[in-house]
Amino acid sequence: MAEPAMKQSDETGEIFDKGIDKGLARLTPEKIEQVINKVLSAETGARLKTYVNTCVHCGLCSEACHYYLSHDNDPKFSPAGKVKQTIWEILKKKGKVDHKFLKKAAEIAYTECNLCRRCAMYCPFGIDIAYLISVMRRICHMLGVTPLYMQDTAHSHSATLNQMWVKEDEWIDSLFWQEEEAQDEMPDLRIPIEKEGAEIFYSVIAPEPKFRAQLIYQAAVIFNVAGVDFTMPATPGWDNSDQCMFSGDYEMMGRLKKAHFETAMRLKVKRIVMGECGHAFRSVYDVGNRWLAWKMPPIPVTHAVEFYYELLKQGKIKITKKYDKPVTLQDPCNISRGRGLHEKARYVVNALCEEFIDMQPNREHNYCCCAGGGVINTGPPYKMKRIDGNRVKAEQLFAAKARGAKVVIAPCHNCHGGIEDINHHYGLDMELHFLGDIIYKIMEKPA
Amino acid sequence: MHDVYNFVSGPLVWVSFIIFFGGCLYRLISMAVLAKKKDVFVYEYMSFKYGLRSIFHWIIPFGTVKWRKNPILTIVTFTFHICLILVPIFLCAHVILWKESWDIGWWYFSDTTADILTGIVIACCVFFLIRRIVLPEVKYLTSVSDYVILAMVAAPFITGFWTYHQWPGCKITGIVHIIAGEIMLAAIPFTRLIHMVYFPFTRGYMGSEFGAVRNAKDW
Repeated sequence: MAEPAMKQSDETGEIFDKGIDKGLARLTPEKIEQVINKVLSAETGARLKTYVNTCVHCGLCSEACHYYLSHDNDPKFSPAGKVKQTIWEILKKKGKVDHKFLKKAAEIAYTECNLCRRCAMYCPFGIDIAYLISVMRRICHMLGVTPLYMQDTAHSHSATLNQMWVKEDEWIDSLFWQEEEAQDEMPDLRIPIEKEGAEIFYSVIAPEPKFRAQLIYQAAVIFNVAGVDFTMPATPGWDNSDQCMFSGDYEMMGRLKKAHFETAMRLKVKRIVMGECGHAFRSVYDVGNRWLAWKMPPIPVTHAVEFYYELLKQGKIKITKKYDKPVTLQDPCNISRGRGLHEKARYVVNALCEEFIDMQPNREHNYCCCAGGGVINTGPPYKMKRIDGNRVKAEQLFAAKARGAKVVIAPCHNCHGGIEDINHHYGLDMELHFLGDIIYKIMEKPA
Repeated sequence: MHDVYNFVSGPLVWVSFIIFFGGCLYRLISMAVLAKKKDVFVYEYMSFKYGLRSIFHWIIPFGTVKWRKNPILTIVTFTFHICLILVPIFLCAHVILWKESWDIGWWYFSDTTADILTGIVIACCVFFLIRRIVLPEVKYLTSVSDYVILAMVAAPFITGFWTYHQWPGCKITGIVHIIAGEIMLAAIPFTRLIHMVYFPFTRGYMGSEFGAVRNAKDW
């Protein structure tokens, strides 16, 4: 995202965040204790207890974390180290913690962990540290101590059911606008709105109509060429993104997913196909549905990577000439560790590009972009922290570049935001694209 | 001395075994009940196939990326856990005690083998201790309880080793050995040693989530 690079901090490095600081100022020690214990007793149980009792403090999770690696193996940034500074302390003190502790805990939970779940693959016990950090976020949310920028997106979700304060008419207008633009290229192209009984409900995140409208254009071209029977809704519920899942506002997360699923039901579609976004996929496929007591989503959900895979495999889109710049691929956490789409992503990349150079490590073991888990949504105050926290990604990309890669394909909006910043800050000088960008560029289109 | 020996090798053994089995059972059941009450979805997502798939990879030395990345630790930790369980069960002196008390017996290690394996357990404990003191990421997580737990695990082996070699004070260490073993056994359900019991469930659950829901590997 294109936020200004300003750091709102003092000479000690303490970062001021109006959401966190003002939230804390409203709290009394009694209130803190009461809220924490309410969350712990009402919302946690066997999982929290078992995880805390099972952890043998072995430190094996450390090297899983990009923050730890990027800070020269500083133990404060290790996954268990972060749990020590948050949940362990809260349990030990039975919720009797002070403002200073909470400020640090909120910063750790919201800005030093992307909930990427890589550490679960390095802990021999499979302790879900992302869950433990989510509990900390939930406590912060219930205390009203959330980063200002993230809370703003949560407010937007709450008021508009989308993340970016997009009004209903603006949404519809954006679709018409992109349809019209694309009709210059393909005169009979349509973006069918509110088409009941269509095969597919194509859902996107609100930043697409807000600042990446060309992605809607590209998707429309791809879908029209491939003859896909799709529709997009005219009502709230079109946005699949979810910062409430990350801020800890689970009630709102539930409302968002309910609106999304109900929109699909109202349109009587057979499935939801989502744009190239990782966190939204996590919310719709894995987390939000659970809050609504759906073990799996009530309607099939397909991520763009899988959908492109289908289109290519079935020959519905054809390539004029393979993309000739050497590419590497960022495996987004929420669709590799979150859905195992890494092999399909490789099929798509190899089908589209002449030369593919894999990053190391890759697939489930890839490093997070450091933007996900809501971290990029904490905004300018924490921007440098996020970039410093992922030096290891820059090193990983430099290594891919040294082996010839000139382009990074990142099939996820957060990955884009994160890698864009890393690209500029560390002087990587690599191009960054979505899969859709490349498909649109090289596919056969009607003359 | 005989009275003390009879007491620690008689009633106290019963007590420790009852605490161990009863405690583990209690912890397991209470976890299951609490999960049913508060984390009911755990039951929904727990998958026998994917849970076992994950457990299987993690109990095989070098079966996971993590184990492969830290070869020394992997060798030490597997050797330690295997010896820790096998030595007490297949030690000749212990088998004799079972034979005398219950008239049941089974195969046992030769004394030399048992001696070497005991030495290995002690050496592994020293490795873990040094690791705790030296490695910053482990030191940061360490509290007094971690040293106490390590001492509890090492004590029966150190005292057993001492007694077997009949070094000075071996009569006392013999009794201390029995008590230390009983303390360790009784402590398992109520300390982080419970990881022995919880491992299949925590790993199995993560394996289930990764395998059945997320179509991904967790090793």
